[in-house]
Order: sequence, then structure tokens, then C-alpha cells
Amino acid sequence: MEALLITFSKWLASTEFSHTIQSVTWIIPTLQTIHILCVAIVFSSAVLVNLRIFRLFERDQPLGAVTRRFLSPIWPVLLILLLTGSLLIIGEPRRSLVNTTFYIKMSLLLIAIVLTALLQRTVLASPGFFEKRQTAIRALATVSILVWSGILFAGRWIAYTQAG
Amino acid sequence: MSLFQQLIAFFEDSSIADAIRENDLLFPLIESVHVVAICLVVGSILVLDLRLLGFASLDRPVGRLTSAVLPLTWSAFIVAACSGFLLFMSHATKYLANGYFITKMALIGAAGLNMIVFHAVAARDLPKWEARRLPPPRVRVAGALSVLLWIAVVACGRWIGFTMEELQ
Repeated sequence: MEALLITFSKWLASTEFSHTIQSVTWIIPTLQTIHILCVAIVFSSAVLVNLRIFRLFERDQPLGAVTRRFLSPIWPVLLILLLTGSLLIIGEPRRSLVNTTFYIKMSLLLIAIVLTALLQRTVLASPGFFEKRQTAIRALATVSILVWSGILFAGRWIAYTQAG
Repeated sequence: MSLFQQLIAFFEDSSIADAIRENDLLFPLIESVHVVAICLVVGSILVLDLRLLGFASLDRPVGRLTSAVLPLTWSAFIVAACSGFLLFMSHATKYLANGYFITKMALIGAAGLNMIVFHAVAARDLPKWEARRLPPPRVRVAGALSVLLWIAVVACGRWIGFTMEELQ
């Protein structure tokens, strides 16, 4: 499997598109800057909604209204993250594709997406559902923030665990 | 040696700075905390800026939104500043010689100044316009300036990593 990934990374790195990303010095830092700014939007939105769940943010607003304001914009921003992330992989395939940290990050991302979608759907579809289930929703909020933080940590760690 | 240089040397030669340099895990760990904190600072300030620009949270009065968001912004800023200072300590001389680092500090100063000016001047008659969906032009200018400054702060932060080889 690893040999296959190395071969694929080599091929990807040899494409003309990858060469452009590698050789124009400002492209990678610019993509990373856009990527981090989008991470800031998604992470802060998730944190604010979870603070609302703990009644530490906009207590005077119903959870549904806060969720609609902050969780709905997450999805288009995630698309930009996917795009900038893909371009970064094309530019430096080995950095992530042959790197366990990258796969940990992607697994955590999958969990975060499921948890966030679950929270958003439930809160918006049946506003009363979590009223009597405060422990459940607080557990969901805590796990969700831990997973999002894990994604940010893993993201930074990719730079330190890349293969030679 | 000037007092400033002595101070820098004091931090850079400290055992804490030494530990951050020597330990393989400490630097990336502090860096990760720094990234999480910066994301919260920038993300939460963006919530306010988008409101000032008349783009989002339009049903929330500006004053109320500000007092709801700022506790998160300031807590995150304290964590970002402390973790940032620890990173700085470990390679102080190299950071001070890096143009992007100096620019980043200046931009954070400018963002702070923009906030102070906004609170002192633009927000003096806050009750008059805070419920309006589209705030007056001077308020929107402050919001736009803040967005641009913080984007530039993040960009400089990323560029530091590319201009200081040994830090990745």
C-alpha cells in the first residue's frame, strides 16, 4: 500500500500542474494562508455554537437561530478547504500522502463532519429534541470541539512527520 | 549591548527557551496551540467585522454581539500571545531578523489601534446605529480594515515559516 502511495506521489509530483505549484514560490504559502483562514472560520463557528450549547454565548437567542447563523456557512467554507487542501497535496504529494498524520487528520475530519451535520440537522429539524437531553448535547459539543482541535493539531503536525 | 539586546539574550538563553529548542515535541506542540488560538482570534473577530460591514448577524445589535463574542476573542488572544512568545523566545534573534515577523507584530499593533480608534470615535454614538442592518460608512471602514489587517497577520505568520528554514 505504501509503495503504491509512493509511486502515485511520484507520478503526481512529476505532472506539469504540480511543477507549477512547486516552482512558483508564493503559491504554497498563499494556499496555506487561505486554508488557515478557512479553518479559522469553520473552527470558530463550531466553537461559538458549542459555547451556546453550554449557555456561554448568546443565551438570549434560541439554539436553532445560533446554529443556523454559524453552522450553515461551514459547508461552503469546507469546500474551499477541500480545494486548497487538494492543491497543496498536488504541490507536495509526499508531504501528506505518505504521512500517517495526514490520514489521522482526514479520519478526524470525517468524524467532525458527521458530528456537525448530526447536530445541525437535529437542532434545526426538531428544536425540542435536545431540550430534555442536555447531557447528550453537551457531550456531543465537547467531543465535537475535541475532534476539531485534533484536526488543527494534526494539520500543524503534518509538517513535522513528513517522510524524508 | 543595549538593554533591549540584553533582554532578548536573557529570554533566548533561558532554560525554557533551551527546552523548546532541544525537545522535538515541544515546538510543534506550542505551535499547534498557537494555531488553534489564532484561529479563534481571527474567526471571532471576523464575526464582528462581518456585522460591522452589514454582511452577517444583521438581526443582532452590534453592542450585544460584541459583548457576546469578545470574551472568546480576548481569551484566545491571551493564549495566542503567550504561546507566540514562547515560540519567539526559542529563536528570538532569528525572529527579530525576519521581516515577516516584524511586519506581523506591526500589523497586530495596527489591528489593535484600529479597534481602539473604533471604540473611541466610531462607536461613540453606538446606540444610535447599532440595531441598523447596515451601519454608517465610518463603521464599515473600521470593519473592512480589521478584516484586511487580520488576513495580513495570518499571511505574515505563514510566511515566517517559509523564510526561517530550520523552523519548517
